[in-house]
Amino acid sequence: MATKVGMEVSLAAAEAVKQANVDVVAAYPITPQTHIVEHLAELVNNGELDAEFIPVESEHSAMSVCTGSSAAGARSFTCTSSQGLALMNEIVFITASLRLPIVMLLANRTLSGPLSIWNDHSDVMSIRDCGWIQVFVENGQEVYDHVFIGYRVAEDRNCLLPFMVNLDGFILTHVIEPLEFLDQEIIDRYLPPYRPLYSLHPNHPVTMGAFSTPALYTETKKAQDEAIREAMPYILKGWQEFGDLTGRYYHPIEHYKTEGAKVILVTQGSLGETASIAIDSLREKGETVGLVKIRLWRPFPVHEFREAVKGAELVVVMDRAISYGASAGPLAMEIRSALYAEEERPRVVNWIAGLAGRDLSPEDFLQMIHQAKERSDEGYEIYGVRG
Amino acid sequence: MAKPEHEITWKELNVGCVIDEPGNAASYRTGDWRSQRPIYTKDRCIQCGTCYVFCPDMAIKIIQEGYVEHDLYYCKGCGICAEECPTGAIAMVDEEE
Repeated sequence: MATKVGMEVSLAAAEAVKQANVDVVAAYPITPQTHIVEHLAELVNNGELDAEFIPVESEHSAMSVCTGSSAAGARSFTCTSSQGLALMNEIVFITASLRLPIVMLLANRTLSGPLSIWNDHSDVMSIRDCGWIQVFVENGQEVYDHVFIGYRVAEDRNCLLPFMVNLDGFILTHVIEPLEFLDQEIIDRYLPPYRPLYSLHPNHPVTMGAFSTPALYTETKKAQDEAIREAMPYILKGWQEFGDLTGRYYHPIEHYKTEGAKVILVTQGSLGETASIAIDSLREKGETVGLVKIRLWRPFPVHEFREAVKGAELVVVMDRAISYGASAGPLAMEIRSALYAEEERPRVVNWIAGLAGRDLSPEDFLQMIHQAKERSDEGYEIYGVRG
Repeated sequence: MAKPEHEITWKELNVGCVIDEPGNAASYRTGDWRSQRPIYTKDRCIQCGTCYVFCPDMAIKIIQEGYVEHDLYYCKGCGICAEECPTGAIAMVDEEE
């Protein structure tokens, strides 16, 4: 097994894209994703990665290029952030409906306005319903690993869906971490060459992206919805086989000290590591508190989530985005909905916290858990807001 | 298309709704869109072919001796042929009539 190397996570992500042997990279630099695309440009320029690097003029073009190249049978990669995602929005939905297995790293950053470059999840939540497989990762190793897992799952003939990896901007992208790089031989065993089901080729003409009439549109959407639901076992298989090769196993819902927990905190993304410190200190005091981390966001693992919080009396959900005027944050809405049909369900208290780079310490998580015990399980509150 | 589209179930769609049967737009009956249809008076026709040139849907066929025929499977009833005809050999009438 390979040794650990200290590297900035963005550069490691680009190295993973190289090792995944992509054919096309089309991306437009935007903070905090910039180092990923810069390093990929270097890798292509110095001949380490034999791929077409297409320096597009916008993110709308980046996703358009990847959609075209993927349709032509090329393994295609892009990455973006915040406003970049907003600009490519139109094409993101089309890519999923065309069932094209693009992998995108989304370096999560808040959406303007006010203008801000810092991290929260308002960008990904704005395209929650785009039809991509969406996962959240917690550290640099998980970013590196999920490039391979992403292509493996996306290109599985049983899935054929684009795959989005959410990594917190700056908190992950700009941090140097000790990372274990995989030998190319292991990656090649895990990730076979992409063999598209359909591709654009003059010898076998097909139409992609055709017009649909009202007589057929409902059926096209049902087929797309079934596709992402039926992808679940193949996502699990992708994680399982990656674990068998590397010893690093991933799950749709990650548990931390949830055995017998009466109170469970729910997080997404890198703040799970900070939250786990708070859980440790409460466990040391004898409190039955645990942590559940949502790795798989779409398709949402309803069954696994229900199992994860079984026996809990209070579930404290931390959202990192606001759904203005809604009943709760996007994650809490999902969770309340997933638990509604349960006969015995816990109270669900929702905090919105950590917006646009506002730091959260283990002490803040202790406060959120503590205050949640006194709070109503209706609606939501913004943690730490002044006034 | 083997089946009319209103009979196709979601399970029968190709992955990504790819159409792998080239040219199947030919089976799409755009004539269904028509609210007016062209009436052709052969006696007035001077076989100039102007209507054939202007028809945006190639729904006018040249038949014997340069006379024309409308293909009502595709004709959307736009009326351009009637507008352009120099002798008034084509008139548009409402479909109900």
